Amino acid sequence: MSLFDWFADRRKGQFVGKVTQESEESDGLWEKCPECGQVVYRKDLIDNCSVCNNCGHHNRIDSKERIRLITDPNTFISINNHLTPVDPLGFKDRRAYADRLRESQASTGLKDGVLTGTCEVNSIPMALAVMDFRFMGGSMGSVVGEKITRLIEHSTKEKLPLLIVCASGGARMQEGMLSLMQMAKISGALERHRDAQLLYMPLLTHPTTGGVTASFAMLGDLILAEPKALIGFAGRRVIEQTLREKLPDNFQTAEYLQDHGFVDTIVPRTELKETLTKILRLHKTQEVKSRTNA
Amino acid sequence: MARRFLLEFEKPLVELENQIDQIRELARDSEVDVSQQLLQLETLAARRREEIFNALTPAQKIQVARHPQRPSTLDYIQMFCDDWVELHGDRNGTDDQALIGGLARIGEKSVLLIGQQKGRDTKENVARNFGMAKPGGYRKALRLMDHADRFNLPIICFIDTPGAYAGLIAEEQGQGEAIAVNLREMFRLKVPIIATVIGEGGSGGALGIGVADRLLMFEHSVYTVASPEACASILWRDAGKAPEAASALKITGPDLMKLGIVDEVLKEPSGGNNWAPLQAGDTLKNALEKHLSELLALSTSELRDNRYSKFRKMGKYLESQSIESEISV
Repeated sequence: MSLFDWFADRRKGQFVGKVTQESEESDGLWEKCPECGQVVYRKDLIDNCSVCNNCGHHNRIDSKERIRLITDPNTFISINNHLTPVDPLGFKDRRAYADRLRESQASTGLKDGVLTGTCEVNSIPMALAVMDFRFMGGSMGSVVGEKITRLIEHSTKEKLPLLIVCASGGARMQEGMLSLMQMAKISGALERHRDAQLLYMPLLTHPTTGGVTASFAMLGDLILAEPKALIGFAGRRVIEQTLREKLPDNFQTAEYLQDHGFVDTIVPRTELKETLTKILRLHKTQEVKSRTNA
Repeated sequence: MARRFLLEFEKPLVELENQIDQIRELARDSEVDVSQQLLQLETLAARRREEIFNALTPAQKIQVARHPQRPSTLDYIQMFCDDWVELHGDRNGTDDQALIGGLARIGEKSVLLIGQQKGRDTKENVARNFGMAKPGGYRKALRLMDHADRFNLPIICFIDTPGAYAGLIAEEQGQGEAIAVNLREMFRLKVPIIATVIGEGGSGGALGIGVADRLLMFEHSVYTVASPEACASILWRDAGKAPEAASALKITGPDLMKLGIVDEVLKEPSGGNNWAPLQAGDTLKNALEKHLSELLALSTSELRDNRYSKFRKMGKYLESQSIESEISV
């Protein structure tokens, strides 16, 4: 075999490989775990909350899937879904913000990066916000901030416990300082929710960083996290550049945060609804009390 | 004047200034009257300086905001505060030198003052961690603000930081949590809070002492969601595009006033605050006194409700009239 043939063969081989892979994805039967490489039947994976049966890796799920996992069927009622983002600064980097928005809206079917509403968890009423990482990295702009604030205000008014599922790279730079101010706005609403003696829990999922960590993600009465989720204030690369030294392997993982006292409990996704129910029930006496007081 | 730290765009002034210095020297040695000539040159220099500083780009404003000789928190305290008593420590094991605080009197009024403090030179900057506070700094700030709340002292915050410290120890001690708690608790406080961006307002690190009833900003100060350098390397994939990012991010006082974030932009002497620090001090003192007396006229509940609704309004979005589409899950 000439060298040329060898290259041609190799190229052919690769080509064939790629096609099979693609067809696997498109018929949606099999999924390969990005962590351990185990190939699993997609239906089994979904039945297991998208957690790998073999290694326990938590695959990323979108906001609707998350809502399905947490809430009782047909109890989620979305609110403020009529808010849509604008381009307040006329921001353009390599691409225009307006184009990035349109693209994310088309690919996710969402107007912006969070779904908010009320629901029931094993018949216990609760307010729920779920960030969607697919929408521009879950970044927080005006719409995300406003929807979360309105949800908090709603749950303060209705005396509901509140769960916010965090998944975000931080503030949305394309909306400039307006994004940063959403951190303050949400924290203010949480202060009133807290003042009303209502329970607030963030669930930190992979990844929760930047401005979200420096506001509502860390303001829970109880803070829950998914196993191995990346949680931090500054990016690992930024820190490595400042320190010029290697960081611990588990740095900024949910486990690391729990070890340092910033996470109450790490909840595997397969046990999420059960754990939530337990916590909500344990707080129910309190809740009834504050309701009768009002 | 020769030891003044010059920024790139100030270089055209150098020649004029040198000329002025030379003539002064000459005049000292000989008995020739050069006052007329000096006056002419000085007027010209002042006009040139004003032209340059009126036309600063956002990227150049960052340089002015970061100018090593720009008055810092301690400088302003020295300029117009009486009876300054610095208070140390977060009561939790640390005393951050990048974020300082204490009691002082401004005019007739006792206040609690907190602010980030950068260093003048490398040695001092190492001690001050370049004005980048660690979680202990934010917790110290909150402890002092709680003290002010108990004793009914208005809170004055000076913002001047590239950002909260990003490092191993900061993550270990919960930088995110420390800032987050400040954001929430500042809404609870019953005393007036006035924050002023005296230099650089770097993202969450600035906001961590920035939830205020009034936010003031000096003319050449900047307040950013992310440093233009970081923004450029993330969005443009090229840190060299920082000047473009600085313009796109809308970081100057007038821009932020338009967005409803800043309440007043304070005029700087031409050449920037470092050129005439005492004048800057007067401007700031007068502004603080004015806003303070306005805020002290409000009841506690008015104050807190106003603070809430001020931040409540921030954000731009579209609200379509038709209450639309339930999301089906």
